[in-house]
Amino acid sequence: MDVEPAAELTKGQGPVAEYVIRPPGRLLSVDWKELWRFRDLFFVLAWRDIAIRYKQTVLGILWAIIQPVVTMVVFTFIFNRVGNIQSGDSTPYPIFLYVGLLFWHYYSITLTNASNSLVLHQNMIQKIYFPRLILPATAATTGLIDLAISSIILAGMMIYYRFSPPALGLLVLPILLICVILTSLGFGFFLSAINVKYRDVRHALPFVIQLLMYVTPVIYSVKMLDKHPVIKYLVLWLNPISGVITNARAALLGQGQVDWGIMAISLLMSCVYFVFGLYYFRNTERDFADIV
Amino acid sequence: MDDRRPTSDDRRRKTDDISRSRFAAPGSQSSAARPPTMSKTIIQIDGVGKRYRVRGQRERYLSLRDEIAKTFRRLSTKDQGRAKDFWALRDVSFSVNEGEAVGIIGRNGAGKSTLLKILSHITPPTEGRITMRGRVASLLEVGTGFHPELTGRENIYLNGAILGMSRAEVKRKFDEIVTFSEVEKFLETPVKRYSTGMFVRLAFAVAAHLEPEILLVDEVLAVGDAAFQKKCLGKMEDVARGGRTVLFVSHNMAAVTRLCQRAVVLNRGLVTIDAPAAEATARYMQSDSGTMAERRWGDVSSAPGDDVARLRAVRVLNSQGLVADTVDIREPLSIELEYQHMASSLRPTAVVHIVNEGGITLFATNDWEDRRWYNTPRSPGLVRARCTIPGNFLAEGHFFVLAAVVTYGRPYTHHLVERDVVSFLVVDHSEGDGVRGPATDFWPGVVRPRFKWDVTKLPPTGSEWTQGPRAR
Repeated sequence: MDVEPAAELTKGQGPVAEYVIRPPGRLLSVDWKELWRFRDLFFVLAWRDIAIRYKQTVLGILWAIIQPVVTMVVFTFIFNRVGNIQSGDSTPYPIFLYVGLLFWHYYSITLTNASNSLVLHQNMIQKIYFPRLILPATAATTGLIDLAISSIILAGMMIYYRFSPPALGLLVLPILLICVILTSLGFGFFLSAINVKYRDVRHALPFVIQLLMYVTPVIYSVKMLDKHPVIKYLVLWLNPISGVITNARAALLGQGQVDWGIMAISLLMSCVYFVFGLYYFRNTERDFADIV
Repeated sequence: MDDRRPTSDDRRRKTDDISRSRFAAPGSQSSAARPPTMSKTIIQIDGVGKRYRVRGQRERYLSLRDEIAKTFRRLSTKDQGRAKDFWALRDVSFSVNEGEAVGIIGRNGAGKSTLLKILSHITPPTEGRITMRGRVASLLEVGTGFHPELTGRENIYLNGAILGMSRAEVKRKFDEIVTFSEVEKFLETPVKRYSTGMFVRLAFAVAAHLEPEILLVDEVLAVGDAAFQKKCLGKMEDVARGGRTVLFVSHNMAAVTRLCQRAVVLNRGLVTIDAPAAEATARYMQSDSGTMAERRWGDVSSAPGDDVARLRAVRVLNSQGLVADTVDIREPLSIELEYQHMASSLRPTAVVHIVNEGGITLFATNDWEDRRWYNTPRSPGLVRARCTIPGNFLAEGHFFVLAAVVTYGRPYTHHLVERDVVSFLVVDHSEGDGVRGPATDFWPGVVRPRFKWDVTKLPPTGSEWTQGPRAR
């Protein structure tokens, strides 16, 4: 091989990027430097998703509010009034439910969008090189906008029900948010990569998400599972969203104490899912253009 | 590595010879004006191969169930799958010097696009190694990532980012892009309301303002109408002449010979020719089943025609009277028809149409021009009719010949009509003595004849305007 001396490469004006294309090795790590170089693309794609989301709609951004609010009203009627599920203490059921829905909506929408992101952009994948991670990551970002908007309703409800969140609660909130984002990214990376090869994901996901909602304490409180400790701890430990919702209710509505143990487990598990998804994605990424 | 891959080394040496000989003989190529300081290798491709696994018919995507079933079958029968290996590319080695424009040609499935995808980083090679020295932009399509709901302005930013421009870069070039695209008035209109032409113009405008050191282009010119294709070609030429390194995959031999100094021919994943562009395209077209410039029918009974006339051969001849599929724009060429005439009662006439790449028939001509022959009574036998087209008449590009033998009169009869029976390429080397003169850009027109021009400086008359003499 003619490997030229390094001095040769720096000749001429301006920076000259030299790189080598080789058959990929076994296990690839994440190229953070490259991700940073493509940050503009990430922002532009996120901006595009937000920009097109409510184009040619009459209600526009209002949809971000209508969805959780209507779900809350219907669920309150069915599960609380008809099904007699209670919040577990004096907390009014609508606001109890809404806190759960807020995180759940973000999680389910991000999972759905992220898992479809690669298939949706197959043309781009086949024609342009960029770190493919950007696509599912974008999906997680755009969901945050909806989350922020529907949080306004939560604030309104808290005023209506006269809740003043403890200062500690507001400090905990970012940690909870990070848990949810990491978990959705982890599964989003994994599912999007799987979806490239096996389109079964498209059929399975809506139904799995629906089932998942029932193993997440969205409409009920984990206290209701006290009689089934195994299930309770499986739900709390394996599913970071459960811990997040339970702790969010404690932090924002003062429903019990913030459980730091569960918080740590949620954070740990979400990191595990995130890293797993990331590496699975990285190591299947190279074939995306050939099989998508 | 040299010991293990003598072939790639040989090829590289050969490549070096070619580039050296090009500098040694300036004037042979349009690029002779380039400074000879570009001997630095900017792309080095060594023994690159790409293998695809083909399982029977190629499935678009697999379902999980199939995969599980297959895994079980494989486990139980110890059968390692009937997956066949298909090498889209094998042992491809060549290098590209800084500032060089190299064409990659070959038939469909020859591996051109795969090579470009590997170079663009879109798909990894199975073996081999590529070293790139410089920022790369690949243009495998125009308008990738355009979103129909977004406005023209928004899509410029979006597409710019997708192609690898930074926000600041797009902002700086924004006005230029808009001017080039000619869609100023519709900048705030969603792209879905654009006509196809507007869409493609905008998309190309963004792509045209990329400023990488290495540009990889694939068949981008295949989209859009003829006028747009020409505009693209002109812009590509600017890029190639601007000292940037260009790798250009195309079916369009005329474009390759114009834009590139060198061309690499791929055939079934292997590099078969690596030579100066004109030579490579000529050799490629000759090798292409041998029927581009000549077609013969050995068996009269199965040849096209009826019981009056049957076609025996059609060929394109250059100014030396040799069969040639590439002709210099300055030289005359001939189209020769041979047909078997079998009924003495009729007087068949040979007809030739020349059709260009756009499907336009430039002209039709027949052997009535040879009055001596036309008025001769016919007797059965082999007839050879040759039509000579002068040099400096056809434009550059690919031309197709329609050959026919007909009888005028009552009844008017087609004995045979053969479309695209042979084809040839007219090449303009742009050496300054053609119709273009010193112009090197895109030259319009379906023909390129030379006309007489008279230019004089008028003496000052004090009058601002003049009037031409009137015919009576």
